[in-house]
Amino acid sequence: MTDWIYVVAFYGVAGVALLGGLGVLFFRNLFHAGLSLILSLFAVASLFVLLGAEFLAGVQVLVYVGAVAVLILFAVMLTQRITARRVRRYTRALIPAALVTLGLAVVTVFVMVKVELPAIAPIPEASAIDELADQLLSTYLLPFEVISLLLLGALVGAIVLARKEERR
Amino acid sequence: MIIHPVLSWLNEWWQGVVATYGLPSCFVPAAQMVVHAILIGGFIAVLVLFLIWLTRKVSAHIQQRFGPMRVGWHGSVQTVADALKLMQKEDTTPRSCDRPVFNIAPFLAFAPTIVAFVVIPFGDGAIIRDLNIGVLFLFAITTINVIGVISGGWASGSKYSLLGGFRSAAQLVSYEVPLVLSALGVIMLAGSMKMGAIVDAQSRIWFVAYQPLAFVIYIIAATAEVNRTPFDIPEAEQEIVAGFNVEYSGMKFAMFFLAEFANMFLIAAIAATLFLGGWRGPWLPGEFWFLAKSFAIVLLLMFFRWTYPRLRVDQLMSFAWKFLLPLAFLNLIITGLILVLI
Repeated sequence: MTDWIYVVAFYGVAGVALLGGLGVLFFRNLFHAGLSLILSLFAVASLFVLLGAEFLAGVQVLVYVGAVAVLILFAVMLTQRITARRVRRYTRALIPAALVTLGLAVVTVFVMVKVELPAIAPIPEASAIDELADQLLSTYLLPFEVISLLLLGALVGAIVLARKEERR
Repeated sequence: MIIHPVLSWLNEWWQGVVATYGLPSCFVPAAQMVVHAILIGGFIAVLVLFLIWLTRKVSAHIQQRFGPMRVGWHGSVQTVADALKLMQKEDTTPRSCDRPVFNIAPFLAFAPTIVAFVVIPFGDGAIIRDLNIGVLFLFAITTINVIGVISGGWASGSKYSLLGGFRSAAQLVSYEVPLVLSALGVIMLAGSMKMGAIVDAQSRIWFVAYQPLAFVIYIIAATAEVNRTPFDIPEAEQEIVAGFNVEYSGMKFAMFFLAEFANMFLIAAIAATLFLGGWRGPWLPGEFWFLAKSFAIVLLLMFFRWTYPRLRVDQLMSFAWKFLLPLAFLNLIITGLILVLI
């Protein structure tokens, strides 16, 4: 009984995510495109919930919707001339871009069809976050530390950029 | 202790009805959701009516006035009259606005607040969903609020609302960081993000005793998150008329207003749950203690409002990034060290 609810929910949410992505591409107004991006990101967070990855969904909303998307909207608002102007949606590089995208799509579909993904044992809901935390600080410690170094680098870079502005 | 038995009795009765008439079993959770939604909606509506009246009375008495006195006992139904008036008002739309975004923005600002109430423990067992990611869910869902505010400010097509939108985007994003970091200390102590588990962990001593610094940071950052003075530059009346919602009228304005007051209570309820032991307290039912603690913090916020002058924009920013943030990190490091050493 509950299975078809999940199927309906998955296709509904995935559809919303795709619609949001299409909106980003086709809205001429940049602010509308930004809002559409938020819709898409939020739908992806819902997909995480459907997969039982609640923590990932929370982080997705907090980081992508709450911070990244808000910054994008903020930047669009600051550049008043951009919002007034209608964005050009086509470039001369249309054919190479289409080729690259098509190639990526072919590879993705090929991987999806050919490679058999390892079946993931369902994680008991209550311990999902504990499990994630343990894994991050034991099995995946190196990638975790490398990513934190990367973030630190980005942080320092941002500060350097901001300081230069000040000195002028 | 009051809500939970009533709800479970209602649920059992409904299960009986579904079983007797052979209705499909998905009617049980569906009815539960509808009841929960009605409860939250009703609670927020009554709460906001009361909070607006309380704000006016408290601010009036701090300034040695009486405030509303004529409608009902000490003006107690004044807000009902105001709400009726707002409903009758014409819903104006400025010509230079971006119509779809202008219409969506009030809902974007209000909806996350309702959703956030899902994980608030009102009393023993009186929590709608005790999610594993409770605290994270709260902070994640309330960030969507900002989007409503900035799109409202942008879509109005007025320079004052645009400025209000800017200011609130900058402020809310900045103060979100120390807010979440201060709650992290509590999560470390409780060892869980579940609201229920956090309340249970405080059955002996409130976390405010272990995390006094985090509590102060939380209260300051929370004041900024709900745009209260001294952090009310997004709607500084003397500078930018009323901020992002200048162009709104009628029910759309009421939605922003509802969101603001419901948010104020929400932020106080989170503080009560994370730092003041939630619904735990002697003798009286948990619901009473929860409301008493939350309203104590609401009153504290109102007291701030009429005590401190407004900060300047640059002061506000440097205060968040250069003072609150390092302090929050310091608190986090000390908490971690103590947890490891003991």
